[in-house]
This record gives sequence, C-alpha cells and structure tokens, in this order.
Amino acid sequence: MATEVHSLQELRRSASLATKVFVQRDYSDGTTCQFQTKFPPELESRIERQLFEETVKTLNSFYAEAEKIGGSSYLEGCLACATAYFIFLCMETHYEKVLKKISKYIQEQNEKIYAPRGLLLTDPLERGMRVIEISIYEDRCSSGSSSSGSSSSSSGGGGGGAGGR
Amino acid sequence: MGTLLRTSFSDPGVLPRATPDEAADLERQIGNTEDIANGSSSGGYRPPPRTKEVIINGQTVKLKYCFTCKIFRPPRASHCSLCDNCVERFDHHCPWVGNCVGKRNYRFFYMFILSLSFLTVFIFAFVITHVILRSQQTGFLNALKDSPASVLEAVVCFFSVWSIVGLSGFHTYLISSNQTTNEDIKGSWSNKRGKENYNPYSYGNIFTNCCAALCGPLSPSLIDRRGFIQPDTPQLAGPSNGITMYGATQSQSNMCDQDQCIQSTKFVLQAAATPLLQSEPSITSEELPLPGKTTISGPCATLTLGQPTPPSSMPNLTSDSGLTDMIPLKEEHEGHQFLTPEEAPSPPGMLPSGSPIIHSHTMHVLSLASQDSLHEDSVRGLVKLSSV
Repeated sequence: MATEVHSLQELRRSASLATKVFVQRDYSDGTTCQFQTKFPPELESRIERQLFEETVKTLNSFYAEAEKIGGSSYLEGCLACATAYFIFLCMETHYEKVLKKISKYIQEQNEKIYAPRGLLLTDPLERGMRVIEISIYEDRCSSGSSSSGSSSSSSGGGGGGAGGR
Repeated sequence: MGTLLRTSFSDPGVLPRATPDEAADLERQIGNTEDIANGSSSGGYRPPPRTKEVIINGQTVKLKYCFTCKIFRPPRASHCSLCDNCVERFDHHCPWVGNCVGKRNYRFFYMFILSLSFLTVFIFAFVITHVILRSQQTGFLNALKDSPASVLEAVVCFFSVWSIVGLSGFHTYLISSNQTTNEDIKGSWSNKRGKENYNPYSYGNIFTNCCAALCGPLSPSLIDRRGFIQPDTPQLAGPSNGITMYGATQSQSNMCDQDQCIQSTKFVLQAAATPLLQSEPSITSEELPLPGKTTISGPCATLTLGQPTPPSSMPNLTSDSGLTDMIPLKEEHEGHQFLTPEEAPSPPGMLPSGSPIIHSHTMHVLSLASQDSLHEDSVRGLVKLSSV
C-alpha cells in the first residue's frame, strides 16, 4: 500500500494537472447509477478506447449489483427493519460492501492502466455519484513551482487516496 | 419514536454540490451548445436555463439544471428551498419531521406515519372504551364530568386519526405506484395528460413497488456531515458536502508552509496516536475544510475531544506551551495528503470507532472550544496525522 501510494505520489511530483475530464451519468435506465460509456475526445491520444470502455462498463456492473433488488436485498432490508436498524452497527449493508469493491477496483485500475498513461480516476463516490472524474497529467521536465506541484498532488490525491481505500 | 428520529436525522439523499471544475465543465458544455444554437456568444455569468432530455423506459424526461448546486438534477430529484439542497427522489419537505423526505429516509418516514396511525387509532379506541365503560356505571354525562381529559383526548384523536390515517393511505398509494408526492401533485404520470403517459419508474407490480421502496438497498450518504465548513466558501449553511473535500485539499497545500499548521499538527500527532489510523479512519479524515487565513496566536486554540455525541468528532486544538515538545512534522506530510481525502464520506450508519480512541488520548484536554479557524486547523492537523 505504501509503495503504491509513493509511486502515485512520485507521478504527481513529476507531473502537473493539465485538465479534467468528466464522464457524466447515463439516465436512460432510470435512476440507477450508470455512467456514459461514450469516449471523451480529450482522452483520444492518451488511452485506448477499449480499455476505457471496459473500465466504465465494469463500474456500471458494480453499481448495478449494489442496487439490485432481489431476494437477498429484501432479506437484508426486512432483517434491518426487524432489528430497528441496529444490525447496521454490526454489519455493513450490501451496498457498502460493493462500494468497497469498487474503490479497490479503481485503485487497481489506476495503478495498472491509468497512472502509466498519466491519468487518474477519481472514485465517483467522492463526487456525489455525479461523474467519474479523470485527471489528465502532463509530464513536466522540471519540478515546477511548489504551489502548482502541491495543487496537483492535492487534487490528484483525491483519486489516488480513494483508490487506496 | 425510532422511526421519527431516523427520519428527522438521517440524510434524505442530498446531492452534494458540484466541484468548481465540474461546474465549469458543465457551463462550458452548455455555453458551447447555446453558441451553436444562437450563433453568438451567450455572455454573462449565468448560462441560460437549460434542460436535458433523457428517454427512460420509453418516456421522455426533462432533466433540469440547478443553478444553486450547479448540476443537472437526476430524474426525480428536486431542489428543496428550505434545506437548500438537491435531494434525490424528492418527496416533500415535512415540517413535522423537520427534514426533507427523499430516497434514503422515505421508508423511515412511511414507517413513522404508519406506526403513528396505529397509535392514534389505538388511543382513540381506548378513550372511547374508557368513556363507555364509565358511562355504563354512572351515566354518560357523569362519566364525561369525571374524566374531562378523556373528552379532550377524544377530540384530538378524532382529528388525528382522520389526518394521519389519510396520509398513510396516500403514501401507501404512492408507494404501490412508485411515485413521489412531487410527481403526484404535478400529475407527471397521470393518465389525464395523455394516453401515452405512464410512470417509467414503476416495476409494474404493486408488490414489487412496495418491496423496492421499503426493503430495497439503502444507498450511502453522499455528504460529509461531520466535517467542518470552510469559512471561505459561503455556500453552505447546513451540512457540509462533497465540495468541502475539494476545497480542503487545495487549501491544505497552501497552508502547509505555515508554522501554525505545523505546530497544531504536531500537537495532534502526539495526542492521537497510531491506533487512530487502524481504527475507522473515516472521522478523522473527513474533508476538513481549511480556512484561507489562519490567525493562530499563542494560547488560543483548545484541544478538545470528540464528544460522545457524533457531530463533534473532531478535536479542537490548543496551541499551548505543550506544543513545543511535539514531534516536528516535516513538509513531507504534504506528500501524504492525498491519503486524507481518500476517506470518502462514510455512511452514517457506521459509527466510527475512532472517537473513543481519540478520547482516550486526549485526556488532558482543556475545554470545548468554539468552532473557529483554530478548530479547523487542528482538524486539518488530525487529518494529516491519519495519513501518516
């Protein structure tokens, strides 16, 4: 964990934030949490289309799994109601478990695919489930001024940190 | 009582406001399309009102742009002027409960009015029975004279029964057809608008609709209700939300160079030891908004413990002489900052176990300080601590 964190940190030290791309929600299925799989033009030169689409599709499937209504979610709801919701002091809801899986997945994607390409995914949960924020970093020859370096580290830190969970 | 408290105090599904980057991106998109449409630059700070159309299950739904929150509202969300927030699946703002009723607390609200209606019926029945039994012994008028309270109770209950049971029935109808009060009042999905109009969110089956509304998965809160509001951002009066995370990280970097920051962080470092990191870190690393300007003078801040009550899980800080024996915190903690915002807003159901630990480590605390910039500074210091 520490080593991964440090590698992302080093990325940010040597890079500066160029721009951010936002992948908006796709409401065609109703109010369920899905993101658009449309490929943003800013990422054209940065990452292969297929990798990006696969990431978004996997995230969409995770969210669908979290919000799925079926036998197990009903049971959980009824059990919670029966125990006056005290049971949530002991155990996590299914949704929270899936959210943890999602943040692990995002961290893994960041390390393997996005960070080597100078990109960083931010967990949508940190943005109120409105967008997937992708920060694009430009490689800098010099370290640059401390304020810009630290601002990039702090803004990118949200994504790396989210992945770190 | 439990459901009432839960309805009142849980997050109805507030949507956090957009971060400045998102808002700028959206406005750019709106501006661009308006330019293309009008053939001239739109100018001015506010883009013209904009709606997006989405097709859900065959029905066209208009998504409106919220100027306060700077987002396109998801379907079924609405902005509550009383709470000054966009709320998902907005039902109504209930003054009796003192909170909006939205996606996350609708089931508690429904259980509350259901249990309340049972209670009123129960009380009413027993008041009537009581009066009848008495009047069998002493006659009707005498019975009323003997227990005047019963008369009052009967009258109150009578009116309550009609209103509460009526409300329960109305909400039962809404649940079974999967509509919100908002939609019902506007007649969004009523047949009167046209034969083609139907509710795209309904599952078709009454039973499924009920189960989904009452027993379906509960999504976690998207707002950070335990963080502190950055004084520089004048947007929030109520619970702080996701935007403070972004603002916090930015100013965190700016503040790092200042001595006060380091001093306060040192103190916090000594106060809250490593167990804090292993325990539920969600409290400590809530995005603590940092003040734009710190004016810590010597013995100003007070380190306090997160009190047993949830809201004040953040300790305040005292820059007493005790600070001098702190471990000097190097600037490298700045590099670890990115760990701090990693703690996304934790669900309110998960009571952080960290607060008792903070408690045990800060027994030498002086007193509860008022919420001011020093407080936030210490909180920031604690945030950095958790990332170390």
